[in-house]
Amino acid sequence: MKHTIMAVAVTTLMLANSSAFADSFKVGYMTTLSGSAGIIGKQMQNGVNLALEHTGGKLGGHDAEVIFVDDQRKPDVAKQLANRLIKRDKVNVVAGIIWSNLLMAIHKQVTRSDTLLISSNAGPSPLAGDKCHKNFVSMSWQNDQTSEGMGKYMQDAGINSVYMLAPNYQAGKDMLTGFKRHFKGEIIGEVYTKLGQSDFQAELSALRSAKPEATFIFQPGGMAVNFVKQWNQSNMDSVSKLYSVFAVDGISLPALKETALGTINTQTWSPDLDNDMNKKFVADYKAAYGGYPSFYAAQAYDTMMAIDHAVRTSGSTETEAMRSVLAKGNIPTTRGLLAMNTNQFPVQNVYLREVILDKEGNATLKIIGTVMENHGDVYAKDCKF
Amino acid sequence: MTITLLLEQVFNGIQSGVTLFLVAAGLTLILGIMDLVFLAHGAQVMIGAYAATGFTLLTGNFYLGIFLAIPLTFASGYLLEYLIIRHLYKRDHMEQVLATFGLILFFNELIRIGFGPAALFSNLPPSLSGFVYILPETPYPAFRLIVIFVGLALAISIYILVAKTRMGAMVRAGAANPDMTAALGVNIHMLRRFIFSVGASLAGVAGMMLAPLTVVEPGMGEPLLILSLVVIIIGGIGSVRGAFIAAVLVGLVDTIGRVFLPEMLRAFMDQSAADGAGPALASMMIYILMAVILVFKPTGLFPPKG
Repeated sequence: MKHTIMAVAVTTLMLANSSAFADSFKVGYMTTLSGSAGIIGKQMQNGVNLALEHTGGKLGGHDAEVIFVDDQRKPDVAKQLANRLIKRDKVNVVAGIIWSNLLMAIHKQVTRSDTLLISSNAGPSPLAGDKCHKNFVSMSWQNDQTSEGMGKYMQDAGINSVYMLAPNYQAGKDMLTGFKRHFKGEIIGEVYTKLGQSDFQAELSALRSAKPEATFIFQPGGMAVNFVKQWNQSNMDSVSKLYSVFAVDGISLPALKETALGTINTQTWSPDLDNDMNKKFVADYKAAYGGYPSFYAAQAYDTMMAIDHAVRTSGSTETEAMRSVLAKGNIPTTRGLLAMNTNQFPVQNVYLREVILDKEGNATLKIIGTVMENHGDVYAKDCKF
Repeated sequence: MTITLLLEQVFNGIQSGVTLFLVAAGLTLILGIMDLVFLAHGAQVMIGAYAATGFTLLTGNFYLGIFLAIPLTFASGYLLEYLIIRHLYKRDHMEQVLATFGLILFFNELIRIGFGPAALFSNLPPSLSGFVYILPETPYPAFRLIVIFVGLALAISIYILVAKTRMGAMVRAGAANPDMTAALGVNIHMLRRFIFSVGASLAGVAGMMLAPLTVVEPGMGEPLLILSLVVIIIGGIGSVRGAFIAAVLVGLVDTIGRVFLPEMLRAFMDQSAADGAGPALASMMIYILMAVILVFKPTGLFPPKG
């Protein structure tokens, strides 16, 4: 796969250098396509391709060309690839990026080269606050937002004590910080696990002896599959109730199936979100790739639609022109018309979702409430362009 | 922190060590005894996990899945040796690294093409998802106990195979001086193929044991490769006994460090500094352990004699 993508990237480059494609609009899309997180990248790639199908292969009227690069979830690789996209491929936009630590690594070099940088997923707090840059736009969320929703929900539900687990990296810290902002009950444990950890038995033993009323986790991708599986195998439901963010989703549900039924999480998007664009996206995604899209796919789709919107509305492919359109908000996405904060992070609803079985017996998510409406992040006040 | 919790964590450490030994056992045979640098060991763990999960989903029976998967992993090892590995014995270590690293990429891609990039659904059958009380008020998943027994049984059988049987003697002789061994009438080619296939099946069994516990996805075996290399280096390359002891040691240090180090740091640091340093230090513990052991015993804890 990696080699096919490289081959495609090389061929597109060769074509791009000939004058026939001089007018094309180039997007460098960085995601993780190899290793255990490869499934996330695959879903994002599907989302991007579906968006291009819906726009007829164009972005804002220009022929679109997307160069997919595989960051292998390694910050050093991400830096090299970003450099190549900016200097050699001379892309108009660098987009994608799943992991907060990778986004932190490439942020400076991309924004300073006057290339527009759009995150389809990662939303680290420094980039929303004092380290923000006008050439960076988020089409996902700021890391704290989703877990703030969960903190508020659990506070309102009258839960007294909670035990928290998240991987030890920027996003893990942000998630737990966001959670604590609205949850005022007792924090019995705050545990940082290894990014990519596969066995949580020792953490579960410690959790069992701490006897918290509720457990809150942030464990993206395969880590969630491991955690929830081992949670069930240790019969932890009898000890504590499990709440999560970015764990039980379109990526992990096919591997968890009914073992995750009834668990509750928060998210700014959901496959059953009721608007025309989302309905079309989910239906076409299922038809094209089989299975439900995850939020990663939806946000990748939104990113391409936002670029299309920015180029078309401004009539320009200049970074500043595209940026100022996106900064105004009103961006058509699968989350409805998306509003933007002063730091160019979305202002959006946070929904409460529950795992259910659909009519065909597949596990999916259903919105059961809205925890926060038009919710912006707290870091925007520190952001001065 | 109670004594029960400490004991339970020690037990968790032993369990994770024995699981690690399952993975490292095959590598001890291939790298330690056959002297072949083989990096695609994690891929064979993955093949075992996919074979067991695939057959389980197909037949609807967990035991039948395992029963069918073991011969398949043996066959895959046999075929791999015949097609590729036998050409590598006489090459230098760097070429073995390159070739077997290529195999990692090949197998990950093969699995991705065959099963898709998403994780497979795998779970325990109801008959194995019960609990055993190892201590009062400490229910422990029964399957994890089975993993410990399988690990112990395999450790003993490999030890007997290598150290006590005629075949083990031939293997060790073959590794020390292949030409002389062949001249004495031992079919060194078949012997190596057999040992390699046994190593592959051991990795496969590790994958089968891990499949119900962790996520079954492409590339799942790779993090284990580095850990098992640490294990056989600490244990002394080529020593089955050393690998077993080192695996349990690594499991214990990792588990205990992971759980208690952040708490200990919190006693004399402020919360946020401890939360930053604790997990980082905990994940370095086994490498620190390796460095310390190598300073005092440069050939590992139990270097094979001769």
